[in-house]
Amino acid sequence: MSSRDDILASVRANLPRADRPLPAVPLFGNTTPPSLLAAFKDSLHRMGGMFLDPPTSGDPLASVRAKIASAKVVCSTVPEIAGNRDITGVAAPHDLADVDFGIVRASFGVAETGSVLLSDVDLHVNAVAYLAQHLIVLLDPEDIVVNLHHAYRRPEFRDRHYASFHTVPSATADIEGVLIHGAQGVRSLSVLPIARELGSTTH
Amino acid sequence: MLTEECGFRHYMASVGIEVIETDLGERIQQLDNEDSSHVVVPAVHKLRTDVAEVFAKTIGTDSANSDVHYLAEAQREATRPLILAADAGMTGCNFAVAETGTFVVCTNEGNADLSANVPKLHIASIGIEKIIPRLEHLAVFVRLLSRSALGSPVTQYTSHFRGPRVGGETHIVLVDNGRSERLGMEEFWTSLKCIRCGACMNTCPVYRRSGGLSYGATYSGPIGLIIDPTFNQRKYSNLPFASTLNGSCSNVCRVKINIHEQIYAWRRVLVERHATPLAKRIEMKAAGELLSRPAAYRAAIAAADMALAHLPRFIIYNGLNAWGRHREVPHPPKQTFHSWYQVNRGGKQ
Repeated sequence: MSSRDDILASVRANLPRADRPLPAVPLFGNTTPPSLLAAFKDSLHRMGGMFLDPPTSGDPLASVRAKIASAKVVCSTVPEIAGNRDITGVAAPHDLADVDFGIVRASFGVAETGSVLLSDVDLHVNAVAYLAQHLIVLLDPEDIVVNLHHAYRRPEFRDRHYASFHTVPSATADIEGVLIHGAQGVRSLSVLPIARELGSTTH
Repeated sequence: MLTEECGFRHYMASVGIEVIETDLGERIQQLDNEDSSHVVVPAVHKLRTDVAEVFAKTIGTDSANSDVHYLAEAQREATRPLILAADAGMTGCNFAVAETGTFVVCTNEGNADLSANVPKLHIASIGIEKIIPRLEHLAVFVRLLSRSALGSPVTQYTSHFRGPRVGGETHIVLVDNGRSERLGMEEFWTSLKCIRCGACMNTCPVYRRSGGLSYGATYSGPIGLIIDPTFNQRKYSNLPFASTLNGSCSNVCRVKINIHEQIYAWRRVLVERHATPLAKRIEMKAAGELLSRPAAYRAAIAAADMALAHLPRFIIYNGLNAWGRHREVPHPPKQTFHSWYQVNRGGKQ
């Protein structure tokens, strides 16, 4: 017998005989906030992320352009803004080690936690979201769900190979409980609410 | 944790493969040749000056600089080239979903996602108890984990792996190592519900004083007391006795494991199976005889107090008295509580 058969046989033999039906989990979304975007912004701030308020007039991407103005290497995976490192030309993840700013679009956001979901389809090369020093995420305000229960009903968890909730930049409190942003992944994470360009929908 | 439980790092070293921990706390412990002392905060027992000393010796930081930001930055810069050059990245798993074949890794530092997404090869080791039925159940557990561990709504990174990335390979190793056997132990199987949030450790009065290393096992704290004996009953036979049975751990447990009741149950099981050392069995038998006879007990206490007050040091601090090995024995009271009570309150209601 293989070790796999051994384990399965042992589990079958030892399974507790509990007569309990599989529980159905409710969506817990009865208290939907009046504005999902405002709730998302609050959660993001609470966790230590940056929310880029869209300008009332003029270039909606002005705040992003200002951020990347003095950066050396910018890798963008979105059509809205151009970088100087073409992600489609990246042969191996290592080639992204010197990226200062990564710019990506989230599949969706979660108001409850201030998280954005970045999948392999959004990132092209997953490592860009971790090797870049700073990450800027575009989020369509229409793509915000109320909580994690709603989030797990989304199709991304069934049709993508990789999908990750990012909630503010990487952090550690492993030395004396002192909170430090910029542990091993990105040092900062900013979210700009901006509608998807027509025709660029990925789901 | 799972790889420590299996002695993975030592084994790999013996076949010439170096394993590098990428979590800051784990890395501090690895560089200091020490085991992890907490499931969520591995180097919780070290002060910043201790970390500065370890890093100065190993990764060349300034030993006089114990600024926490400086130390964390130094580890980031020292670890990144190692990740970029690694042939394989390994992760554990917090939850695995049977319905979709997804496994979920929760971290705050981003180290797991770097390890999984930079080297070509990703290997995930998963304890079989991490498997939950459906995606809809995952929401409950993801919401529960970080709230119970750190009090934050969610971990910084909650990553879902369902297949390899383009040009990469993903391998999953499902580990039993005694888990399926534990499933058949009527009194103890619910310990498999543990999500490793560390809440029981943070509340435990014993753990908070003694620290995790004193347990001498991969899993410390209250949860360690009830799962370590399932790996080796003889080696860990003393652990379930190191508890006051105050029940704080059971009160805070988010997955409702009756930890303190299982600690008590393990004592019975270990004694029945003669897994406890002979000296302890003799002591317990003698204590049982004595405690069942109040007059004899009172006489023994008075005699012991008298002896402690008058015996020379070399007798009290002999090799057999473990209580005197690392500390001073407390001064004996002038009279026992019972005799004090008789004098001061005797005969009164």
